[in-house]
This record gives sequence, structure tokens and C-alpha cells, in this order.
Amino acid sequence: MSVSVSMTVNGKAVAAEVADETLLVTFLRDDLRLTGTHVGCDTSQCGACTIHVNGSAVKACTMLVAQADGCEIDTIEGVSDGETLHPMQQAFKDNHGLQCGFCTPGMVMSALDIVKNNPSPSEQDVREALEGNLCRCTGYTNIVRSILAGAKDMEAR
Amino acid sequence: MEAFNYRKAGSVDEALVALNGADDGKFLAGGMTLLPTMKQMLATPDTLVDLAGASELVGVSRDGDTIVVGAMTTHAAVASNSDVQAAIPALAALASGIGDPMVRNRGTIGGSIANADPAADYPAAVVGLNATVNTNKRSIAADDFFLDVFETALEEDELVVSVSFPIPLKAAYRKFPNPASRYAVVGVMVAQSAEGIRVAVTGAAASVFRADSFEQALSADFSAAALEGLSVDSDNLNEDIHASAAYRANLVGVMTKRAVAAC
Ligand SMILES: Cc1cc2nc3c(=O)[nH]c(=O)nc-3n(C[C@H](O)[C@H](O)[C@H](O)COP(=O)(O)OP(=O)(O)OC[C@H]3O[C@@H](n4cnc5c(N)ncnc54)[C@H](O)[C@@H]3O)c2cc1C
Ligand code: FES
Ligand code: FES
Repeated sequence: MSVSVSMTVNGKAVAAEVADETLLVTFLRDDLRLTGTHVGCDTSQCGACTIHVNGSAVKACTMLVAQADGCEIDTIEGVSDGETLHPMQQAFKDNHGLQCGFCTPGMVMSALDIVKNNPSPSEQDVREALEGNLCRCTGYTNIVRSILAGAKDMEAR
Repeated sequence: MEAFNYRKAGSVDEALVALNGADDGKFLAGGMTLLPTMKQMLATPDTLVDLAGASELVGVSRDGDTIVVGAMTTHAAVASNSDVQAAIPALAALASGIGDPMVRNRGTIGGSIANADPAADYPAAVVGLNATVNTNKRSIAADDFFLDVFETALEEDELVVSVSFPIPLKAAYRKFPNPASRYAVVGVMVAQSAEGIRVAVTGAAASVFRADSFEQALSADFSAAALEGLSVDSDNLNEDIHASAAYRANLVGVMTKRAVAAC
């Protein structure tokens, strides 16, 4: 069976007809070609697929497209202002918050969710809020540093 | 994932009609357990009935001495609700410690208790706080709801509508989390109300249970010291790569003492 859905993705209206069992992450990557949202585990553990649905961070590998019908979706592709990086992205760059970069889109989307809920988080707050994002490279220290710096920059603006 | 039919229900009644019309239908709440289970082919329903559109299932209200949490209320919403924080801070804290932020933004109390994972947190709250599970058919007392591993008193076509938590005099939840998933290796809710003391243990056995000897000791003297020398029998406790049964038995004592101290 197929289901027709319409949603807003990074500010643009999108309508499609998809098989009922289609995962949101598959739709974003394969149909919309928004391949910044990564699939690390496909078992809801790693957070590489983190996007925002109606303003809250969710794992796109654990949601059906059908469940996102009528929703506002934001992915990593919508974060920068054209070629100008978002302060949080810039903070990851400046603080060496990535190595291979595989986890980074999910990290940035989680970081923005953290700052939305808590504009000036402590290091402990950030570490706890990153519970659902795994990184195999950095050891997290520079990711935490990046998010703290990004939060400061965002508050300053 | 195997193919299935997706149905969106706009109300409890619509959800029941859709489920009863399917050969092997399942309700879909946050999907945080059901979708991973289906990806692994451990469940292959032919129909998923999405409850997200049934607005009567969402939200928290205070009704006199009771906090009523709708089945589709997310863990994040329970954690941040000011009525829950004021009346039963232990419940808000428990919800804020489930999994990670993304799991808490989607996962629901109804999905959690219907699923009855032996390591889930909410069962300790439901039994420890002596809640009532309200379904489309009846009201089920906490002590009668959880039966075994992934098994509850719910019938096939029975839907959790809400959970009513009587406001305790004091309560606290302490868990020893699995460091990766945050599921409870052992979690203990201790609550004191006019009816007495309840100590509910999750993570340790096939299903949540009450530690009777701890409850009796705490009824006589509500202090961590009153639990000195007492222990739960490790015979029927879970044993896995995370913890042996003996270790879990020890954790039950430690987590109960910490919860009492935090009350
Ligand atoms: C990475 C990760 C970490 C997690 N960590 C924890 C943790 O630390 N502690 C913890 O307790 N849980 C944890 N969970 C589980 C999480 O809390 C789930 O949200 C929860 O177990 C299921 O809720 P759901 O709303 O997602 O339900 P779903 O997955 O949608 O449904 C689960 C089951 O319940 C049934 N169901 C759903 N709603 C109803 C209803 N209203 N009436 C009747 N049946 C219903 C469904 O048919 C299905 O069988 C974790 C999950 C993940 C993916
Ligand atoms: S790919 Fe979604 S959590 Fe890992
Ligand atoms: S930078 Fe490689 S996984 Fe995080």
C-alpha cells in the first residue's frame, strides 16, 4: 500500500506518494537527495540520523514518512545560510569537533536542540544531552567544546 | 522491514475500528520500540494503527490528588510538565532519565507500559506509585498490570488511554543505568503515601516486582539504615552480559537505599 504525504522540509513544501513502510531517513536521503542525514546504525542507537520534526530532535531512522505527514522537518542542509556556516557549524570547525565527520550532522542537529532547550548549557548538561549521539573518532571532548562555544556565539547574536 | 498498511486514527474509536479490521494489527505510538523490532523481523504486523492523531490521548492533567497522564504523552512532555514536577517530582525525574533526548521526544508512556520491557523505567513508577492504568475497557490496578517479560494484562484489542498516579507524600526513583542504552540494569521507585510504603523494582527480574521485606522494614522505620542486612533473593533475577543475578540482587538493595535517602 502507499500513502500520500505532504510536509515542509527546510522551509520548502514537499508532497509525495510513498510505500507505507518507508522510513523518513530513506525518504530524505533517497527521494529528496538530502544525504547529509546519515544512517550509522539503523537500530536507533547512534543519532547520526538526527533531524528536527516540529522543532524537536528525533531519529529519522525510527520514524515513518507517514508519521511525518503535515510536519515541519529540518535537516542539516537547512542549517547554514547559503555558504555561510551557522554559528554552531562554525564552532565545530573552529574547535576541531569532527574527524571523519560521519556523526557530525547528527551532532549539530542535537546541539541545536540542546541550545534551544537550554541557551547556556554547562559542560555536564551537554554531555548528558549527547547520550543519543555516538562518535567513533573524537572522544567527544572537542564536540562538547564546540557545542559550548556554539551556544555562546548563538547567545551573543 | 516487511510491507504493512499504515492507518492514521483520529480518535480512540477510529483506532479500535482500524485495529479490529486488520488480521494482525498493532498500535503505533512513538515507534521507538516497535519500529526497531519490526526492522529485526521480531514483529511482522500487517497493519500499524498510528495513535498520534488521537488528541484525547495526549497531555497531563491534575485531578485533585491524582496526576493523569495520557497514553500518547511523550517522556519529554512528562519530564517538563510543571504539574508533574510540582506534585510528583520523582515521576518527572524518571521520565527525564529514559534513553536519550531523541527517544524522549518520541517515546510515550502508553507504549512503554504496553511493551513491558523488563528493563523499562515506567513500570517502576506505575507499581511504586500504585497507579491505575485506564484502558478503553476498564481500569487496571498497577499490581495486576505487569505479568511477565513483555506481557501485560492488556487484551489484543485493548488500548491504554491514560495512567492515573495518586500523588504520594514523598517518592524517589534511583536506577543503575546500562551505560549504553540507559535502560535500567536495576531501577527502584520508593514511595510513601497514606496507604503505606511501596518499593517497586524494575530491571532485576522478568517483570517489575515489589520488594515486600523492604516495604515492611521501611514501614517500621523509614530510613536507609532500616534496610541493613536485608536482601532480595537472587534465584529468579535476570542474568545477562550486563550483570549477574547476584550483582542485580545487590543493586536492588543499593538503589533502594539511595531512593530512601533521596525521599
Ligand atoms: C536507544 C533507546 C534507548 C531507550 N532507553 C530506554 C530507557 O532507558 N528506559 C526505558 O524505559 N525505555 C527506553 N527505551 C524505550 C522507549 O522508552 C520507548 O519509547 C518505549 O518503550 C515504547 O514507547 P513508544 O511510544 O515508542 O511505543 P511503540 O514502540 O510505538 O509501541 C510499543 C508497543 O506498545 C504498543 N502500544 C503503544 N501504545 C499503546 C497504547 N496506547 N495502548 C496499547 N498498546 C500500545 C504497540 O502496539 C507496541 O506493541 C529506549 C529506546 C531506544 C530506542
Ligand atoms: S541511524 Fe538512526 S540512530 Fe543510528
Ligand atoms: S567524527 Fe567520526 S564518527 Fe564522529
